[in-house]
Amino acid sequence: MSETNIYLPHLMRIAKVTREAPGVKTFRLEFVDQAAADAFDFQTGQFGLYSAFGEGESTFCIASSPTRKGYIECTFREVGRVTAALADKEEGDVVGFRGPYGNRFPIEQWKGKSLVFVAGGIALPPLRSVIWNCLDLRDWFKDITIVYGARSVADLVYKHELAEWEARPDVNLVVTVDPGGETPDWKGKVGFVPPVVEALAPSPADTVALVCGPPIMIKLTLPVLAKLGFQPDAIYTTLENRMKCGLGKCGRCNTGSSYVCKDGPVYTLAQLNALPAEY
Amino acid sequence: MAETRFLPSESLDTFVKALRRDGRRVLAPTARDGRAELNPVEAAAEIDLEGLQTALSAKETVFPKVERILEYSLSGGGVDLRDVAPKAEPTVLLGVRPCDAAGFGALDAVFNWDTRDRFFNARREALAIVAVACTRADDACFCTSVGGGPGSTAGSDILLTPVQGGFLAELVTEKGAALAALCPDAFRPDPGLEKKVADLPMAFDHAALTASLQGRFEDPLWERQSLRCLGCGACAFVCPSCVCFDLVEEADAREGRRLRTWDTCGTALFTLHASGHNPRESQAQRWRQRVYHKFSYYPERYGRLGCVGCGKCTRACPVDMDLQEHLLEAAQA
Repeated sequence: MSETNIYLPHLMRIAKVTREAPGVKTFRLEFVDQAAADAFDFQTGQFGLYSAFGEGESTFCIASSPTRKGYIECTFREVGRVTAALADKEEGDVVGFRGPYGNRFPIEQWKGKSLVFVAGGIALPPLRSVIWNCLDLRDWFKDITIVYGARSVADLVYKHELAEWEARPDVNLVVTVDPGGETPDWKGKVGFVPPVVEALAPSPADTVALVCGPPIMIKLTLPVLAKLGFQPDAIYTTLENRMKCGLGKCGRCNTGSSYVCKDGPVYTLAQLNALPAEY
Repeated sequence: MAETRFLPSESLDTFVKALRRDGRRVLAPTARDGRAELNPVEAAAEIDLEGLQTALSAKETVFPKVERILEYSLSGGGVDLRDVAPKAEPTVLLGVRPCDAAGFGALDAVFNWDTRDRFFNARREALAIVAVACTRADDACFCTSVGGGPGSTAGSDILLTPVQGGFLAELVTEKGAALAALCPDAFRPDPGLEKKVADLPMAFDHAALTASLQGRFEDPLWERQSLRCLGCGACAFVCPSCVCFDLVEEADAREGRRLRTWDTCGTALFTLHASGHNPRESQAQRWRQRVYHKFSYYPERYGRLGCVGCGKCTRACPVDMDLQEHLLEAAQA
């Protein structure tokens, strides 16, 4: 076997399980093999293929920041066989991981700019990696604004971190839940993400916007950002096409001649505008 | 420059037996129950060189329908993960057509760009291709429109062209020359016979087709052409160039294995997201993807087409979708 088996995962032990919301968990994963841990590096925006042996692999972004060494985290919702099998795992259990795959957010290009993060529901995890990466490099950036919305208060993920960001004087956090999703003691906003962003009206001057969410949220948020004056090359998102190999071979994530698993998942709106809308 | 020799008809058997003595599996078209497919042979008499095409392509020799890529045992929350060595038996494909031989180029491109696929390459390196030029073609054939030809040597290690009394043997590669050297008496000096192959005029210009596709993504012709498409995937499964695959698990509570299986963009599940959102939810979108992948995205990505014009898809289609006919329509600006 002269060549490496590119489909062979690393084994990772679940160091910590956090219940984020109904059906949503975060795993903190550590390499079983120290040599693999030493050789591992990733950058924000990249994703992995996570194995529940016996059921298969599922694709999620790496939700932790590359500035936090020694582990990676993934946050997933239980929606199918693989994620259900993963959700059954407990601390100490072993799962598989292939990665890191894909491109990354070019955060060094944003030095000196302000950042606006817009996330919906279970799409906060990809941005959480960037948010922590940027907060760990806080001096690089001017204003940091985070708008996060979910269907209901219960569906908000990373509740402890939301509180942490809320408490920081150098972060402007706006959390909203869809109308009807509020609880009697809810102190945040009530409303869908796009109008909340519109009302907040972040300045587009020297500002990069990052948008991650369900397709409908992205579709309605992009025109709002355009109206506010954000240019297509200053708006970033991640495509979450179905992926299987992660290596640009299985053909599944093909969007035009782009492989989302290799050329993405991070795209600017300017890049997306040049691709067929098959995502 | 390929060296050309003459292989008398009666020496084909000598060649097959020399290959077998050298420990190589010889796969050749054999007619069984009226259907030509590639099967292991021991003697030239078993080989059917009269049939125009095998129904399936030769890609399965390097890219099996189902292949084990890893294994594991499970106990409690623990996993004993085991790598799997690719099985790569020295193999000679004898008697495939030049289109089938050319199809390996598309597979090479996908399996080796950026990262190298060990399973594919182990078999690919153990494989030699002795193709036989076509002296006839049928209505489904269009190799000349996509850069190939009935006598094209592209992809072959040896190309045999039928002539009076035997074959002209073009030793295209070092690998081919090494095969011929296994029985030097069988491959005689070239008597200077003229190579005659099927006359298959070009039906369309593939560069013009690729250019035309740039502006036709939203064209209603994809909807019209795909109205009868069943999404069965037969076209992809017989295609020498189609390479899309799935990774699936086969396991019980104690042990399991991960398998790579053929897959196709023709099915709705291929792109279905976990959320239920599907970027290509209509068959028209999936048909368009098939055409664009082969004739626009491949050229852009790999500098070559993802089609060799063999016509296997047209012959296999249960509802008579004719790829050449549809491409002709798309190529007309």
